[in-house]
Amino acid sequence: MKNKIIQQFFFSLITISALITALFLLIIIFFIFKNGFNAISWEFITSVPKNGMTAGGVSPAIIGSFCLVAAAILFSLPLGLACAVYLQEYSPKNYIVDIVKTGVSNLASVPSVVFGLFGLAVFVKFFGFGVSILSGGLTLAILVLPNIITTSQEALSAVPYSFREASLALGATQWQTIRKVVLPAALPGILTGIILSIGRAAGETAPIMFTAAVFYKKGRPDSIMSEVMALPYHIYALMTEGVNPEKQTVIAYGCALILLVLVAVLSSLAVFIRNKYRSSYER
Amino acid sequence: MNALKEKVIKSILSITAFASIAFLIGIVVTLFANSLTALKGIDQIQFLFSSDWAPYYSPAEYGILSMVISSALIGITAALVCIPLGIGTALYLNEIAGSAQRKILKPVIEILAGIPSIIFGFFAMAVLAPFLQNIFDLPSGLCILTASLTLGIMTIPVITSIAEDALGFVPIGFKEASYALGGNRWQTLIKVTIPAAASGIITSIILAIGRIVGETMIVLMVAGGSLAIPTSILAPARPMTSTIAAEMGEAAYGSLHFSALFEIGLLLFFMTFILNFISERISKKYRLKLGQGR
Repeated sequence: MKNKIIQQFFFSLITISALITALFLLIIIFFIFKNGFNAISWEFITSVPKNGMTAGGVSPAIIGSFCLVAAAILFSLPLGLACAVYLQEYSPKNYIVDIVKTGVSNLASVPSVVFGLFGLAVFVKFFGFGVSILSGGLTLAILVLPNIITTSQEALSAVPYSFREASLALGATQWQTIRKVVLPAALPGILTGIILSIGRAAGETAPIMFTAAVFYKKGRPDSIMSEVMALPYHIYALMTEGVNPEKQTVIAYGCALILLVLVAVLSSLAVFIRNKYRSSYER
Repeated sequence: MNALKEKVIKSILSITAFASIAFLIGIVVTLFANSLTALKGIDQIQFLFSSDWAPYYSPAEYGILSMVISSALIGITAALVCIPLGIGTALYLNEIAGSAQRKILKPVIEILAGIPSIIFGFFAMAVLAPFLQNIFDLPSGLCILTASLTLGIMTIPVITSIAEDALGFVPIGFKEASYALGGNRWQTLIKVTIPAAASGIITSIILAIGRIVGETMIVLMVAGGSLAIPTSILAPARPMTSTIAAEMGEAAYGSLHFSALFEIGLLLFFMTFILNFISERISKKYRLKLGQGR
């Protein structure tokens, strides 16, 4: 009897903690959706800021974020994928693999502001790329690299060995097997990693603060060397700079909603693809 | 011909495998190289143990003690929020929620774990800070409590997601053995399942603490920015990360100030490096143990 009461008590405690978690997160999402909806309109998404950031839209920030993310994926995908292929398909299972894996996990745990410092010192100053899409994109690329490597490697390792054996038995070389058999089979998993990395790169602020983003830029970015506005940085700047906090907060709500929906849709898509293809091998 | 091609491809790929190590080393070297001016130009005892940070005074002063204390205090208070709630939620998902509920909630938690920190920071600034200001009758809602609560809430899904994985990996036979011996569900959970998943749970906590210590935008927006050593959790503070972010824009390239900010970055890097090292060690042990169990 006593045991049953103790169990009841602790299970209630656990349930309450889950409810509190749900409540906290729901409140945040509720506020952003409620206030964000009032700010968002077609014009908000497609027009440029007006009246010193107190009216108009945020299209330059959306375009800027898009450029940064595209650059980041463009740089990190080939490198990350090549690394994953080597680790999974070629590398002898020895201490080198362990070292590389430790390197990947350590790189993943570096604080984002430190990536910002690295990007500033190396890309902006040392290579002289200045505050630009190139500098920010490269910085974000290093930030998402561990993501791409880990998810790609998981995807490759999920491809059954019989696939490779069948191909090798037909006389294909190892590279032909990888290119024509293993990579296509691992594509959904690799895609999951790319999608998650897009979400991550789109939402990071600290790495682009010193390397790419500005509060206001007139006109579209005309080359990879131009500085840009970016959604997450725009939210920060709207809340901390400028002269009209009330009107700026409304715009920031709109930006936050766009970013939240973008990241949520991307990660739902990733979860969906992953679950679908996981079950396809289990069958 | 084919053999040559294979060899070339293999060697190219083997070079790329070291990219992440190269970047890691590159980051250390870059941070160190840019910190050199500060390492030489600032008395390091004073740098670490003085709380006077006044880069614009003449002579300028560079002491980071208050920032380190602020970082630690915010880290501890945020951990007090995210550890009980994160693990409680993981236990709920694992033990109490039905499989239908879990099927929906697990992906939702994963999606929540991916929400950018700027969104939490923005919410904290627009909603939470004014709310706490009213409740506690503060001069400003931007204080340690606001930052810690926000960081804590942000990292709940991180802990829940990893801890639930660890709980899920515990072989069902462990639980069945306990039930067969007459243990009820709570006893089984606390005496069998949680100990078996302990290293995974600890790993999740360490990862969350790493996230909290390294997080920049939230503390930059809502911690208040005061350089005094904080005396209570309702006081404003300025941790290491937000100092870098707040002052880097104004520091002249190559100056002592610029270099001192890089040295803070260097310290930050080693702090997260050590945390990661510990969690790697623990999770390696855990893989071995459960590997035999299954």
